[in-house]
Amino acid sequence: MESISSRFIPFHAHIKDQKAVFDRFNAQWTPTQIILDSDGVERHRMEGFLPADDFLAQLDLGLGKIQFQRKDFAGAEKTLRNVCEAFSKSGAAPEACYWAGVAAYKGSDDPKHLGVTAKALKERYPESEWARKASVWSH
Amino acid sequence: MAEISWLKNVDAALKQAKGTGKPVLLDFSAAPM
Repeated sequence: MESISSRFIPFHAHIKDQKAVFDRFNAQWTPTQIILDSDGVERHRMEGFLPADDFLAQLDLGLGKIQFQRKDFAGAEKTLRNVCEAFSKSGAAPEACYWAGVAAYKGSDDPKHLGVTAKALKERYPESEWARKASVWSH
Repeated sequence: MAEISWLKNVDAALKQAKGTGKPVLLDFSAAPM
């Protein structure tokens, strides 16, 4: 797995030293991690402690969202599919599976990806809101 | 996991991101120092 430093510009603020930066990015609880794209636009936010695997999955979910936003649908699908499969027990997995399916659809214009995604979410994460969101794609 | 060289200046981090095309990871903490 690639290191955080190789994939991100890492910035750390402690509440005692940089309260103004907390306010600037509306960080109201700790720990909070925010992923910004290279233009400084927020793309993903994590609030509260997460175990290591959940944290790593959230980082990749954020990276996948940035790729998706840039219309790099193949890259987004790969990144998000990895979260969906390699971190399948993480809280990020259902959302990653959902967006991996959307990225596959957007990259191919083939709606079968949506149906496959809906079926997989219903089977693997039937209680998740992402399965409910995808339910509209079921045939 | 490799040691992370956290920046302490957020504007410097944003400038680096712009220059490199990398995303920024902002970490906000209140843990005892």
